[in-house]
Amino acid sequence: MLSPKRLVLQIFNYALFMALVWYFSFAPPYIRLGADEAMITLSISHAGELVADCRQLSPEELAKLPPNMRLATSCDRERSPVDLEISLDGDSVFRTTAEPPGLYKDQGVDIYHSIKVPTGTKQMLVKMNDNIRVKGPTFTHEQEITLEPAQLLTIQFSTSTGQFVVK
Amino acid sequence: MNSVNPIKRGYLYLEAWFNYSFGPEWNPLYHLGTLTFFFFWIVLVSGIYLFIFFDTSLGGAYASVEYLTHEQWYLGGVMRSLHRYASDAAIMTILLHMFREFALDRYRGFRWYSWVTGVPTLWFVITLGITGYWLVWDELGLYIAVLSSLLMDALPIVSGSMASNFLEGQLTDRFFTLMGFLHLLGQPVLLVFVLWIHVKRLSHVEISAPRGLAIGSFLALLALSLASPAVSHAPADLRKVPAELNLDWFYLNIYPLLDTLTAGQTWMITIGITFFLMLMPWLPRKKTGEAAKVHLDECNGCGQCAVDCPFDAIRVQARTDNARWEFEVAVDDGLCAACGICVGSCHSSNPFRRSNKSLETGIDMPQFPIDEVRTRTGEALAELQGDNTVLVIGCEHALNVEQFKTQNVAVLNLICTGMMPPTLVEYALKQGADGVFVTGCRKGDCYYRYGNVWMDKRFEGLRKPVLRERADRSRIRVYRAAETDQKKLLKELADFQRHLADTSPEKTGANRA
Repeated sequence: MLSPKRLVLQIFNYALFMALVWYFSFAPPYIRLGADEAMITLSISHAGELVADCRQLSPEELAKLPPNMRLATSCDRERSPVDLEISLDGDSVFRTTAEPPGLYKDQGVDIYHSIKVPTGTKQMLVKMNDNIRVKGPTFTHEQEITLEPAQLLTIQFSTSTGQFVVK
Repeated sequence: MNSVNPIKRGYLYLEAWFNYSFGPEWNPLYHLGTLTFFFFWIVLVSGIYLFIFFDTSLGGAYASVEYLTHEQWYLGGVMRSLHRYASDAAIMTILLHMFREFALDRYRGFRWYSWVTGVPTLWFVITLGITGYWLVWDELGLYIAVLSSLLMDALPIVSGSMASNFLEGQLTDRFFTLMGFLHLLGQPVLLVFVLWIHVKRLSHVEISAPRGLAIGSFLALLALSLASPAVSHAPADLRKVPAELNLDWFYLNIYPLLDTLTAGQTWMITIGITFFLMLMPWLPRKKTGEAAKVHLDECNGCGQCAVDCPFDAIRVQARTDNARWEFEVAVDDGLCAACGICVGSCHSSNPFRRSNKSLETGIDMPQFPIDEVRTRTGEALAELQGDNTVLVIGCEHALNVEQFKTQNVAVLNLICTGMMPPTLVEYALKQGADGVFVTGCRKGDCYYRYGNVWMDKRFEGLRKPVLRERADRSRIRVYRAAETDQKKLLKELADFQRHLADTSPEKTGANRA
């Protein structure tokens, strides 16, 4: 039979244990964004341009190949890295260079990144270079944006239209 | 006592507090494994109930959880709260379980397997909790989904960006349903398998918590569920970032790292901690004593040692020596903890046998054979002088009994008190001790799991080999004590000696055989 003293002690111990379970199940709160902050998330899936153009093989080069492999045109598979930069009111807030994955660096890149930014109206400029043979951006997008507290602004790139999509 | 490290000392005081509050039978620290299983049962039953009402679609999940929480608060809401709080309580008991094994140095040597398999078990439980929070599909669920995907994207096995699925307009029910399947079936089945591996090298595995402890824990969880029901965040909004999150820190503690570190760095930290924990049994390594050896000449294959072995290291097999017995036992050296409990189980360990020759038994410990136990007992008793002489028998993993040696107190330290054949007590009394005082690991706890349990049962006549009826119980006392119980043991020993004085033949006129 449980003595009254033990009953009280057990209730105390259970209460202490459950207080710990309760508290750490939701507290302390995690503040992810300040009251005057929003977030810009960049999500780009894009394959850079080929590093080199296809070229015609010379008769000597063709002769070195097995007969069934003698295709007149040779195309290098390697793709350009993709440079991306986001600026707000002229200040760069994010910049990255994504190398193409794969053994032959021949695959598309995936860039996913989130940036905390202050709220308010800003002039946003997104620049992307996907061709190592071109100096400067190959795609740009400029837009005035107004960010509310806790807003998520997403920037994606449509390969089919060649345009950035900002939502 | 001064040699006890501060972590162990702290733990032993905590254990003593729970013994004081709950008694050894219900002490939660002695039942952390079974308590965790009990919480899993609550999670399972409440989870099945929640699943009946849960809508596994992207559009319906949140609403169905809200219905359970608010409309059906009296049952669905309580079930949801029990589901959450029991899951959190399970993490608490798992962490306490790990701390206990560490504090008591029960993670190295022969215990490396249980420790190493226990670490990934914790991760399986945590990932199960993560997918559970995901399914609520509130702001917290979305946060977890996006950051978990970032972690997955960092692995070289995943091509493409999983995280981009959570941008507006790209999410479908299919992925969400997959998460539902994982949480409701895939992960629980995997967890059961992992738990089976975790206890694979143990025998007499207990998975049911003592009834009193289970009832108390359930009532406490129920009270918490009624007092503070689990609630959701606002519904997931793909156009918003929740500024403040009420994270469940038991399960979601790694996610804030992703706001300051890359996913790759977060993986490195997580994997690093995991590997460090898994390598701990060898930092430094603890040597296990030499495995038990079977002496077939003295073994009749009764199998009691195999039944008593807490680590499943002994098997009964067909006789190999043409003796008249049908069976014999064999020891798996890789599993043997060298505890010596099997020696105490063997009827041939009786010290009254072969009194003029070396005592051989059916199964023995090479580092401390039963013959040496008998010899040391005789030598210790021969040194006793004065009245109320006592032989104190202790073990290597509890309070060191050497410090109690005086003119009228002799000591014998065994590997485990379970190693002691009950006849050794009778032998000591017969050889001149006025009393035998047995100590060792605290009641409800044993370094070798069942040493003191089997010993108590043998003394009570409930387990073979039994302490015979004719042994004078008034001259035998059992008092369990950990390293921090020195004063209590001294008091108990003095009390025992007073009792022996009060019942001595000089006072009572009776004969002591």
